[in-house]
This record gives sequence, structure tokens and C-alpha cells, in this order.
Amino acid sequence: MRLIVPLQGVVQGRGGLIFGSLIPCALFYFLQLYLKRHRSPKPQSNPPSPTTSSPKLAEMTRTSSRSNLFSRSIGQVRISSRAISIAKPNESPYYIGLDKASEDPYDRLSNPDGVIQLGLSENRLCFDLIEKWMSENLGHSITGRDSGELNINGIATYQPFDGTMELKLAMAGFMSHIMGGAVTFEPSQMVLTAGATPAIETLCFCLADQGNAFLVPTPYYPGFDRDVKFRTGVELIPVHCRSTDNFALSITALDQAFNQTRKHGTKIRGILLSNPANPVGNLLSREMLYAILDFAREKNIHVISDEIFAGSMYGNEEFVSMAEVLDSEGFDKNRVHIVYGLSKDLSLPGFRVGVIYSFNENVLAAARKLTRFSSVSAPTQRLLVSMLSDARFIEEYVKTNKRRLQNMHALFVAGLKGLNIRCADSSAGLYCWADMSKLISSYSEKGELELWDKLLNVGKINVTPGSACHCIEPGWFRCCFTTLAEEDIPVVLERIRKAVENTTDLLNSS
Amino acid sequence: MEFTRKNRQLLSRIATNDRHGENSPYFDGWKAYDSNPFHPIHNPDGVIQMGLAENPLCFDLIEKWIRENPDASICTAEGLDKFKDIAIFQDYHGLREFREAVAKFMGRVGGNRVTFDPNRIVMSGGATGANETAIFCLADPGDAFLVPSPYYAGFARDLRWRTGVEIVPVHCKSSNNFRITRAALEEAYEKAQRSNINIKGVIITNPSNPLGTVLDKETLRSLVSFVTDKKIHLVSDEIYAATVFSSPRFISVAEVMQDMDCNRDLIHIVYSLSKDMGFPGFRVGIVYSFNDDVTNCARKMSSFGLVSSQTQFLLASMLSDDEFVGNFLRESSKRLAKRHHVFTKGLEEVGISTIKSNAGLFFWMDMRPLLKEQTTKAETELWRVIINKVKLNVSPGSSFLCSEPGWFRVCFANMDDKTVEVALDRIREFVLQGKEENNHEADKSQARAQRWRKQNLRLSFSSSRLYDESLMSPHMISPHSPIPHSPLVRART
Repeated sequence: MRLIVPLQGVVQGRGGLIFGSLIPCALFYFLQLYLKRHRSPKPQSNPPSPTTSSPKLAEMTRTSSRSNLFSRSIGQVRISSRAISIAKPNESPYYIGLDKASEDPYDRLSNPDGVIQLGLSENRLCFDLIEKWMSENLGHSITGRDSGELNINGIATYQPFDGTMELKLAMAGFMSHIMGGAVTFEPSQMVLTAGATPAIETLCFCLADQGNAFLVPTPYYPGFDRDVKFRTGVELIPVHCRSTDNFALSITALDQAFNQTRKHGTKIRGILLSNPANPVGNLLSREMLYAILDFAREKNIHVISDEIFAGSMYGNEEFVSMAEVLDSEGFDKNRVHIVYGLSKDLSLPGFRVGVIYSFNENVLAAARKLTRFSSVSAPTQRLLVSMLSDARFIEEYVKTNKRRLQNMHALFVAGLKGLNIRCADSSAGLYCWADMSKLISSYSEKGELELWDKLLNVGKINVTPGSACHCIEPGWFRCCFTTLAEEDIPVVLERIRKAVENTTDLLNSS
Repeated sequence: MEFTRKNRQLLSRIATNDRHGENSPYFDGWKAYDSNPFHPIHNPDGVIQMGLAENPLCFDLIEKWIRENPDASICTAEGLDKFKDIAIFQDYHGLREFREAVAKFMGRVGGNRVTFDPNRIVMSGGATGANETAIFCLADPGDAFLVPSPYYAGFARDLRWRTGVEIVPVHCKSSNNFRITRAALEEAYEKAQRSNINIKGVIITNPSNPLGTVLDKETLRSLVSFVTDKKIHLVSDEIYAATVFSSPRFISVAEVMQDMDCNRDLIHIVYSLSKDMGFPGFRVGIVYSFNDDVTNCARKMSSFGLVSSQTQFLLASMLSDDEFVGNFLRESSKRLAKRHHVFTKGLEEVGISTIKSNAGLFFWMDMRPLLKEQTTKAETELWRVIINKVKLNVSPGSSFLCSEPGWFRVCFANMDDKTVEVALDRIREFVLQGKEENNHEADKSQARAQRWRKQNLRLSFSSSRLYDESLMSPHMISPHSPIPHSPLVRART
């Protein structure tokens, strides 16, 4: 059960600081301890209504909106406790920024003063290739088979919930190709889901019980908080990485976090990695992968490797998939699970195609059943089988994509350097991890958020602040550059310059 | 061996428990079908699938529309310019046109007596996902929902598995045509309270699965007032709304709310295109709540089951075509009515009665006269005979938690006319044979009963099952079967 932070905003002129905050805090704390001790797995009635506990409590909850202890909104309808917190407007700058950018999107011609979206890692660089493929390969995309005859029967009816074998075969081939052919993927070990988001959630449901936790290196993709925590009741324990070693993961840090969490009575069920990393963009070396697998074996936990950016490489480093390492050494494969999706490498986030790839038969069996709740839409499966099976197209696409990514990355990072903003070393992803710590007023999360706000509201660019990614060092920002055209880069740089005009150091190189 | 045990320990409780429901005997019928599926030419002695509520009767209309509207598909020359925007669109609000089209369709299906607000349309992974999402939003682990029985067997999984929520059945009786009475609800509610079970709401399916009946206005009003009184939720699964083929008409809970004094925050609707349009493969589930918090929460959760933007785009176009929709709904009703009539008439002729129904893709068949004794055990025996000897996969009432043994759900839409004939013949033969046998001496039938009891469910891997292109096409799948890749009989009407 989460620790309840002492009620904030409760004391709205009701009886003074001590009266209003200390006493209910204490009461809440004791109530929570009581519930923790007396919680049983059998269904039991809700915690007693406020009238049976202290009258002050009742008073407090009437003014408070943050009572996740009770699944009751006083005077209103009871919805679930998780719904109460989820339904609240999202306070994370990650989501606020996304909303703002979508309300007033930049367009070079029609809306040059709009907000430039650098907070959503989307790849728009190669749509022309996909459109070209479409126009040359029409007819058998949505409905019929190669006969050209329309046959809705094939796609409208119930399909296997974990994806058709044809699509699995096609995905296996694609994944193998983008990872440099170093690994072969077995279609029978794949479970397809409606995007990588449910893939992560499904794995969490399979590998952990409510109240367990996963270790996750920071900074991490803000969406993990949703994917892992929303409905599963599983926690994320951050394992902090630092800029001094370019945010590389260390086994010592993992070990420390593991032991500390265990001391607090929470069971760690696995490690959640993203490789290539989001938001930093660095890769896990082969040695590091070995070390992680050793660690996992020692502690008897799982490893989830989210490799969704594997095909978005721009650096010269070689990407090594977990699957490749497992193939070569005699590691225990049963604890490794790979997540993939077509949203980044093939620029098709709207189509909702994700993959769970596991070596563990039991996990696969459970995951297969769970895909009932999030299957890939049949017409989309049909379309993708066609596209992914076109080997020539895929080869050309992957090559061109890499070239354009390299180009944009180089331009963007150089541009930022010109503003004395350096980026972390990275080899992949659709973004760069920029150090703007010199531009923030105070070296703290507050200072970082102030800068973020300035960039968003004055500069009209949406970037993702490091605090949204749980980065332990303030001042880092994730900037996605793949939604831009080359001509937009100077515009972005100019806006950054304008937004921080009054801050020193900007135009003076150190 | 040691490792497998240890291996299973590495998994979560959810991954290793039985709450997915697939180990229930209900699925034995599916297994029997999958290993010996009927085919009019290649396997005329196979098991006929009558346990799958699928509606392919109007596919020809849909194919025609798709052919005539190439710009609705982003994969055609006409629609290609939209491709970029659609392919990149992953906003969990969903395409505006899609929501508007679905809202309009839902309104239309309800006889245009209600206007649905497109801003309350929230997507989910099929109705399966929609039901689960609703529960995630409304209840905590350990809470419970009242569900009038008989109810859809999949609820055990959809409502309970990952949510940790329990189901408390409210048993309805055939004596009043399985109507949901206020008294029964009150009784179930009180009983639950006494056992310290926290009831969070009521879930109904309207039109009913498996009964195929629509709820009348009075029952709906009584449900709405019941939940308002008790301050609990009402989730109305209206997935079969457009499969109504004769009067009385479908009444949505949204319509009833309009002129009632009730708490709107308690009412939620689940919808889908899997049954009405026959698109289960598209995975379009909708959560429509009158409660803002639930809508917001469900929308955020929809990230776990968004509808493919390609599908959204296609459906936005299709469902806004008023003429097509009107024609489709009319034709669909007509064909369903005809099919329903053929079956019920055929059954009547051999003395089998069914609940009078006017909706759904199935009917609720009364086989109580054929039971040796009015027990679930006898029902299961009869069911095994129907699967093994008569070779029809029908669904026994016990899998729907029906309190009275002897009822069976029979799906009639997912086959062509020829197969309908074969199925009817088999039932006729079986019933007449049964009547004949009842005329023999008592101990002879006793001996036969013992034989039936000894007979285990045999999966017949008969060599007469020939493989052909259409049989082995991967798209013919039975979704509930643990064995993947099984052929379905295609409806060709």
C-alpha cells in the first residue's frame, strides 16, 4: 500500500496549521497502518465510512480531494480508488506539454507561431517511402488475399487473439532484419498486442503480483509509470544513473536498489530496461547484458527488455539484443522477455502493433490468453503482412531511415551545441538528451520546470523535462527531432535562444 | 520437473490461476469442434459449431460498400493522402470523425430516441476490453458486482481475472421468462451485505446473452432506480443492440434515464461492433459513461486497447454513410429474423421449445423434457451426448450459471443455410429417437444411461477429416478454443 503523503491543500482556512494538518496526518497514518495489518485476501467491506472514525477526519475529507484511502468520493458516487487518481487531470509536464502542442500545432506555412512538438517521439522522416509502397501495392492490402478478390470474411471474423501466424512470421523476419540479422526470432514465441503499451502491461500482469515491484534504470520513459502501475498494482523502483558515466547502468546501483527495496518488505520481480534507452538514447553493451542476466539469475528475477527503438539507430555502435546474448551463451532463457512494436521503427503508432517475445512457455501461455483484451485489428494485420513481407522495400526503408536519422541527429545536436547546450552520447532513438542545466535559475527540479515552462509558453516548443523521466539530475531535457524537417531546426534553435534570452551563458561559449 | 515447478513460481498469481476460465468443461465442446469441424462436403459428419455468436450474415453488404468507397481505406489510391496523418495518429481520444460516427450509429440503433455524445465515446480492445476497463474504473479488488443469470460465460474472465473483482449471480427463473425482478436484486444485495461482500454495481446485458430477449422499459426503470437507491453502478452491455429482428424494440438504458430521476454518474454503457456489424476481428470496443471521472479514467486506460487508426478511419466513413447504415440494419434484421424463424419452427415441430426471443445471434433452448433428472449432472450428460453423438457444439446452461438445468444456448447466425438444414435434421433425429427410446422398458433405458455416463468425452481425430484450402485458411478461427487455427463454417448467405 502506498504511503499516504500528508494531506496537502487541506488547510484552507479550517482551523489552523496544527489542528488542520498534523492531527489528520497522524490519524491517516495510523488508519493506514491498521488497514495494512488487517488486510486479508478475502473480500471484505470497505474501510469504515468517515463517520465511524474521528469527526475531524470526516471534516477533512470533505474538503480534500486526495483521499485515495477511501474508494468513496464523499457525497458523490464511489468509483474505484485507482480511478480517482487516474481521472484527475494529469499534472505531469510530459502530458501537459503534449496537450498544449496538440492544441496549437506548429505548421511552417499555416501556423508558424504554433507550438513545435519535440516531446513526442514519433518518426515522420520516412513517410514518403511508405506512401510510395502503398500506391504501388494496392488492392490486396485491406481485404482480399492476392487473388485480388474482396473477402471480408477473412478479416472481419474472430482471429487468434495473439495475432495471425502470417503476421508473426512477418514480424519475426522484420525484427531480425532491423537488428542486423544477428538474431532469429521464432514466431511461435511471439504474442502480438495492440501496441507496446499493452505488451508491457500484460507482461507485468504475468510476472508480478499487486504490491510487487520492478527495478527500472532512470531516466526512463514517462509512459512506464502508466504501463506498469495504472492497473496492475505493481511498483517501479528507480535505479539512478548519472551523467558522469553518460547515464550508464551499473550493477552496483541495481544491487543497492534491490537490497533496499527488499528491506522495506517489497518483493522485486524483475528489471525493466529499455534498450536502446529512452530518453538517453544509449545502448547496453554486450558485457552489460551479461552482467544483467547474471544479476537476474542470482536474484531469481525477470528481465524485460523493451527494444522498441532497435531499428532507430543512427550511431556507429552495434545494437545487441537480449535475444542475441541468450542465443550465444548458456543463460537461463526463461526469465527474459522482449518487447517490441512498430510505432517507432516503422512510424506506424496509430496502427497499434506490439510484440511480446518470450522464451518462457508459461508466460507465453498466460500472455496469449491476456491478448483478448488488446489484440491487433485484423485489417491492420493484413496490411502489415503485405508490407513486412516485401523484403526489398524493408531493406530500402531501413537503410534510408537510418541515413535520414543520422542526418537529422547530426544537424540538431550541432545546432544545440551552437547554443552551448551539449547532449549526452547516444546512438539510437528519435531524440537527444540535452543538458540545459546551465540555463536553469536554480539547480533543482523547480528550476528545471521553470525553464520547461518558459520553453513551452514563451519559446513555444514542447520538450520533455528530465523530472518527468525521473532523472535524478535536474536540467536535462529530451528533444525529439524526427517530427521536424531540416528547415525547422533553425526555427527551433531561435526559439530556444529567445526563451532563455535573459539567462547568461547562452551565447558565450565556455 | 524441479525447474518447471520453480519456473511456475516465477510467474504471477494472475498468470497461474484459473480465473481465465478456459479450463472449464464449457470449452470441451470447443475442443471437440476444433478436432472434428463440420464441412458440408469434406466432413459432413463433423461437429457443427453452434456455440460461437458471430454474425457474418451481411458480409456481402459490407464488401460491396468497401469496394464502392475506396477512399475510406487509406490503402487505396483515393485514400492514400490521408495515410500519413492516420498512421501517426495515436491520440487516445480517438479520431473525432470516428467518435462522431459511432455516436450516431449508437443513437440510430436505439431508434434515434437518444443522442450520444461523441466526447463520451472511449475506445477499448473489443467489448472484452470495454467490460474489463469499466470494472477497473468502478471497483477495487475484492469488490463484487451483481449479475443476473444466466449470463455470458466470458464475464467470469472479463470482469474478474485481472481486476480481482467478484461476481454475485442473481438467479432468474424460467417461470417468469427469466425476467430480472427488483425483489431478486434486493434479496441478492441484502445477502451479499450480510456476508460482508461489498457490492459495487450491477451488470446487465441488454439484449440478453444467452436469452436473446430485450429488457422492457419497466425492468430498466426498476434497475436504474435500484442502483440509484443503493448508490451503486449499473453497467449495461448493449453489444447486441442492433441484432433485434422483431418487436419489441431495443430500449437503451440511456433512453430510460432521460425521463427519470436518477443519478447519472452511476450509469455506464458498453458497446462494440463485433455483433451488430459482424466485425469482431476489428477489435472495436466502446465504453460510454455518463460519469465524467469514469470517462476520463477509461480514456486514459484506453491506451491499453486503442482501436487501430486505420480501422477507426474506415469505420468513421462507413458508419457516417446514412444510407448504407439504414440499409444494413434493415437487411441484417431481416436475415436474422428468417434464420431464427427457420430454427425455432424446426424445433417446435419436434416439440422443443425455446424462450421467445427477438434479438441476439442465438436462442435459448429448453431441453428439460429430455433430462433424466433435473440436475446439472444430467444436463452435462445430455450435453456430452449432443456433442459426441448428435455432433453439435451447443453451450450448456450451467456455463451461463443458469440455476435451472436443461437449458442450452444455440447460435444460429454463423453458418450457411445448408448447414442449418443439417443441424436441424440432426436435432430432429435425436429428439425423435429419444422419444422412441422412452417408450421402451425402464431398465433398458437405465442401462443406456449407464453407458452414456461411462462414455468419456472422446476427441475424435477421424481420418475422414480432409484438408482443403478453405478449411486450413488461418482466418477461420474459433476464438474460445485453446487449440489455435481451427476452421469455422463460413456463412455464405
